[in-house]
Amino acid sequence: MVATTPHEPGDAPTPASGERGPGMAPGPRVADDAESALVAALRLGDEGAYQSLVERHHGSLVRLARVWVRDGAAAEEVAQETWIAVLRGLDGFEGRSRLQSWIFSILVNQAKRRAVRDRRTVSFSALGATHGDDGGWSVDPDRFFPAGHPDAGRWNRPVTLREGDPEVFLLSNEVSGRVLTAIEDLPANYRAVIILRDVEGWSADEACAILGLTAANQRVLLHRARSKVRETLEPYLHAPDEDAHAS
Amino acid sequence: MLPDPTEVLRGKTDEMTCQELVELVTAYLDMALDPETERRFEEHLAECPSCPAYVEQIRLTIAALGSIRAADLPPVTREALLTHFRTWNAAR
Repeated sequence: MVATTPHEPGDAPTPASGERGPGMAPGPRVADDAESALVAALRLGDEGAYQSLVERHHGSLVRLARVWVRDGAAAEEVAQETWIAVLRGLDGFEGRSRLQSWIFSILVNQAKRRAVRDRRTVSFSALGATHGDDGGWSVDPDRFFPAGHPDAGRWNRPVTLREGDPEVFLLSNEVSGRVLTAIEDLPANYRAVIILRDVEGWSADEACAILGLTAANQRVLLHRARSKVRETLEPYLHAPDEDAHAS
Repeated sequence: MLPDPTEVLRGKTDEMTCQELVELVTAYLDMALDPETERRFEEHLAECPSCPAYVEQIRLTIAALGSIRAADLPPVTREALLTHFRTWNAAR
């Protein structure tokens, strides 16, 4: 039986990580002021505080739940159940992990339980490890000069970068839609990692702890996921090329 | 398990190729490369006309991923979520 009580990921031993930099294991955690204020407001029944939290995370919760459950409707239900569990568990939340880590760990537990109930048991480590993969290249090998060529392994045509304000690019509905589709098309375990790391902005250690991955494993999944999303966005990322004018 | 490119390419000492570099970008951004590979990565970046643009494309991709959450919730979802809150709040 899976424990129904929400737990804090901070309770679990932090996975060993040889990494330097921002992914470094945190020490005993002190909640920042903004988060303490948010938790206090929620406990006081502040509807606005709850709404802003929901706006920020609900979409990712649904997308992450979809990794384990059968369809979008089941994922939505699991995310809704998660908010109910969050509210019920709020008084017991001690701030040893970040509020959002706690919320997402509840989601993962709920999603796994739902999968068991629906007899859709999935082993996360096996899920999608090779499925839908194309040999595991970050970039199509045809983009490089082949072995034997004097420039083997170099780009066979230049990579360019779009010019202009990145904000305009990032906030366009078209790009947002493309990104969402690209995420949905990823194998499940790539999807889980990229949602936590890049959509939600978690550190490597936080993502490893909640998903039960090693640092190296997490990094490989994230790298493949990012590479595929970049490929989808490529038409928006490079400078308008001369081929386009010629054709 | 999936092969880890940082392990596959560790210990190489010759000039890094573009094709090798693209496999290491995430490890580079997470500062998870061993010092020698990091040095070769940066050496390549300094002399390659294309790879800096590639790394920048990955950064833009990450930024685009971080910008999608702004999408509005459907009204029916928002209403259901609010009902959970009001029910919880009323029962305390």
